[in-house]
Amino acid sequence: MVVPLHHIIAIASLLFSIGVLGVLFRRNAIIVFMSIEIMLNAVNLAFVAFSNYHGNVHGQVFVFFTMTLAAAEVAVGLAIIISLFRNLQTSDITEIHNLKN
Amino acid sequence: MTAPIYLITLLPLIGFLINGLLGRFLTERQSGMVASGTVLGSFLISAQLTMGLMTRPGKNPHFVQTLFTWIEAGDLQIQAGYWFDALAAVMALVVTGVGLLIHIYSIGYMRGDPGVRRYFAFMNLFIFMMLNLVLADNLALLFLGWEGVGLCSYLLIGFWFQDESKARAGMKAFIVNRVGDAGFIIAMVLLYHQFGTLNIQQLANAAPFALAGRAFFTAVTLLLFLGATGKSAQIPLHIWLPDAMAGPTPVSALIHAATMVTAGVYLIARNSVLFTLAPATMNTIATIGILTAFLAASMAITQKDIKKVLAYSTISQLGYMFTAVGVGAFSAGIFHLMTHAFFKGLLFLGAGSVIHGLGGEQNIDNMGGLKKHMPSTHLTMLVGVLAITGVPGLSGFFSKDEILWGAFVRYEGFSWIWLVGVITAGMTAFYMFRLLFRTFYGQPRWSNQLHPHESPSVMTLPLILLAFLSILGGYVGVPEVLGGMNHFHHLLEPVVAISPWGLAGGHEASHFMELLAMFISTVAALGGIYYAYKVYILQPRMADELRDKLPGLYKLSFNKYYVDEFYGAAVVRPLVAFSQVLWTWFDDRVIDGLVNGSAALIGSGSRLIRQLQSGLIQHYAAFILGGVIVIMAIIYAS
Repeated sequence: MVVPLHHIIAIASLLFSIGVLGVLFRRNAIIVFMSIEIMLNAVNLAFVAFSNYHGNVHGQVFVFFTMTLAAAEVAVGLAIIISLFRNLQTSDITEIHNLKN
Repeated sequence: MTAPIYLITLLPLIGFLINGLLGRFLTERQSGMVASGTVLGSFLISAQLTMGLMTRPGKNPHFVQTLFTWIEAGDLQIQAGYWFDALAAVMALVVTGVGLLIHIYSIGYMRGDPGVRRYFAFMNLFIFMMLNLVLADNLALLFLGWEGVGLCSYLLIGFWFQDESKARAGMKAFIVNRVGDAGFIIAMVLLYHQFGTLNIQQLANAAPFALAGRAFFTAVTLLLFLGATGKSAQIPLHIWLPDAMAGPTPVSALIHAATMVTAGVYLIARNSVLFTLAPATMNTIATIGILTAFLAASMAITQKDIKKVLAYSTISQLGYMFTAVGVGAFSAGIFHLMTHAFFKGLLFLGAGSVIHGLGGEQNIDNMGGLKKHMPSTHLTMLVGVLAITGVPGLSGFFSKDEILWGAFVRYEGFSWIWLVGVITAGMTAFYMFRLLFRTFYGQPRWSNQLHPHESPSVMTLPLILLAFLSILGGYVGVPEVLGGMNHFHHLLEPVVAISPWGLAGGHEASHFMELLAMFISTVAALGGIYYAYKVYILQPRMADELRDKLPGLYKLSFNKYYVDEFYGAAVVRPLVAFSQVLWTWFDDRVIDGLVNGSAALIGSGSRLIRQLQSGLIQHYAAFILGGVIVIMAIIYAS
C-alpha cells in the first residue's frame, strides 16, 4: 500500500508544529532542545517523502547532511546547557535572561 | 605737485591703529599728541590740495583718485575712489580743521580719564570715517563713511559705558539712525538698478537724461532724505541727538555739532542734481527743515541742561541748513554748515570749559556769575552766541541771511517758510542769550564748596581760535548786495546743481528787497536779545512769572512736545510687549516645546520598544517565527 504524499506532509507539518510549540512554550532547556530535534526530523521526513515522490535521491542526500548537522548541534547544544546549569544552577530558560541589560 | 588724496584719510587711520593697538605703551600725553598730529597732517594735506584746486583750470576743477576695486560680483563693480572738488575741499577743511582744534582741546578735557587712549582712538577713527564720507566718489564708499561715523558716534556717546543711562543713549542714537539708513540703502539699490552705477558724478551726468520718470526721482530722493533726517536729527528722527549729550563734551562738539550731524546736508548738496529733478522732495525738505528749526528752538528755550540747550540749538540750525538745500540754495546750506561748525563747536567747547570748571555741573540753574572766574571762556562764548544769533558782522549773520534770502527768492516773497525762519532767528537769539546770562551773569547759584577756575590754555587756545573763525568765517561769503564778492558761492557754483528756480545769488530779485529781508531778520535777532536781557537781567523774577502764566506752553516745551513719550507708547512699548510674547510664548512654548517634545517623544517611544528586549530566548524565537510567517504569507500572496 502506497501512503499518499499529502498524508506524510501532514504528519511532517504536525511534528514541526509540535516542535515549534515546544520551543516557544516549554521552560526546561532540555525539552526545548528536544523540540528542536523534533523540528529537524519533521523536515527530514518531508525530504524523504518528496524524494520518494519524485523518484530521485536528492532529498535523501539532504537528510544525511541534516543528520550530521543535528549531531554536531547536539554536541554543542548540550555543552551549552551543561555550562549554563553549572553557572546558574537551573535549566529553566525563563530564568536565563542575561541578554537583557 | 599735490599730495595724493588718500593720505588725508590714511593719517587718521594710522593714528587710530597706533592708539587702538599700541595705546598701552603710550603716555596719556603721547596718545593725545599722536591723535592730534595725524589730524594736523590731514588738515595740511587738505589745505595743500585746496590750494592746488584753486589753480587748476577747467569749469569744475577737481582731483580724482581710484584706489582699488572694492566690490566685484557679477556685473556689480564698485571702485573705492576719492573725488576732491570744491565741496569736498570745504568739508575736508572743516572736518580736519575743527577736528584738530577739538582734538587739542580734548588733551586738556580728558586729562586723567582712564580711557583716554580709547577715546583718542575712537576720535581718530571718526575723523577717518568722516573724511571717507566727504571724499568718496561713489555712494557705496560714502555709505561706509556714513555708517562708520554712526559707529563712532555710538562708541563715543557710550564712552562712559559704566553708566547705564549713557550706554542706553548710545544705543538710542544707533537704533534711530538705523531707520534713516534703511532709506539710504533702498535709495542706493534703486539708483543702481536704474543707472548701473553708484558713482556720484556718473549719476549726476546720467540723471537728467534718464528714462525714469519724476516719480522715480521723487522716491529715491525722499529715501535719501530719510537717511539724512536720521543722521542730521531732523523731525521726526531728532530724538537721539539730545540724548547723545551723554558723551564727553568735545565729542558733542565734534560729532554732534560740527561734523557728523551735518552729513545729511552734505549728502543732499552732493547729490543736488538728483534732488533738483524732484521738486516735491525739495518742498518736503524745506518744510521739514523749517519746522525742525522752529520746534527745536522752542524746545531749547526751557531746557536747563547747558548741553541740551546747545543740542536743540544744533537741531534747529540743522533745520536751517535743510531749509537752504530744500529751497535750492545749496551753497548757502554748505556755507551755514561751515560757519555753524565754527560757532557751535566753539559753544560746545565753551560749555565743556564751564562744566570742567564747575566740576561736572551741567544745570544752568546752578551756574551764574561765572564771568569773572572764567574770563576767556566767557569772552569766546560771547562771540559764539553773537555769531549764532546773527548779529551783523559775524559769520552766522551772513550764512543765515543767505538761507532766508534763498527761501525768499524760492517762494517769491514773504512766504510762511521765510516768516517762520525769521521768527526762529528771534527765538534763537532769546535762548542763546538766556544760556549766556544764566551761565555767566547774575548772582552765583553754585554751591559754596565749588571753586570755579579758568581752564588750562590747551583748552582755551582752541576756544580763541574758533572765536576768530566764528567772526571771520563769514567773510568768505559776503553777499553782493553788501558789496562783497560772495566767493564761497562762486567756489561751489560748479559743484552743486543750479536750482531751476533761478537762485543765483539773488540777481533776479531786487537789491532793495534783499536789504529789507536782511533788516527784518536782524531786527528779529536784536529783539530776541533785548527780550532775553529784559527777562534774565533786568527783571530776574520775570522768567518764573512767565512760566506760571503759561504753564501749558512751558510744559510742552520743557517735555519736548512729548515726542519721546509718543515713540515710547507707539513704537518701543508695543515692540517690547511683542518681544515679551515671543519670549514667553513662542520661544518658551513653541521652540522649546519642539525641542523638548521631540526628546520626550523619543524617550517614551524607546521605553515602549524596550519592552521587546525581554532577554528571553523564547520570545525571540517567537519573533523569528512571526517574521517567517509574514514572509511566507507575502510570497504566497504574490
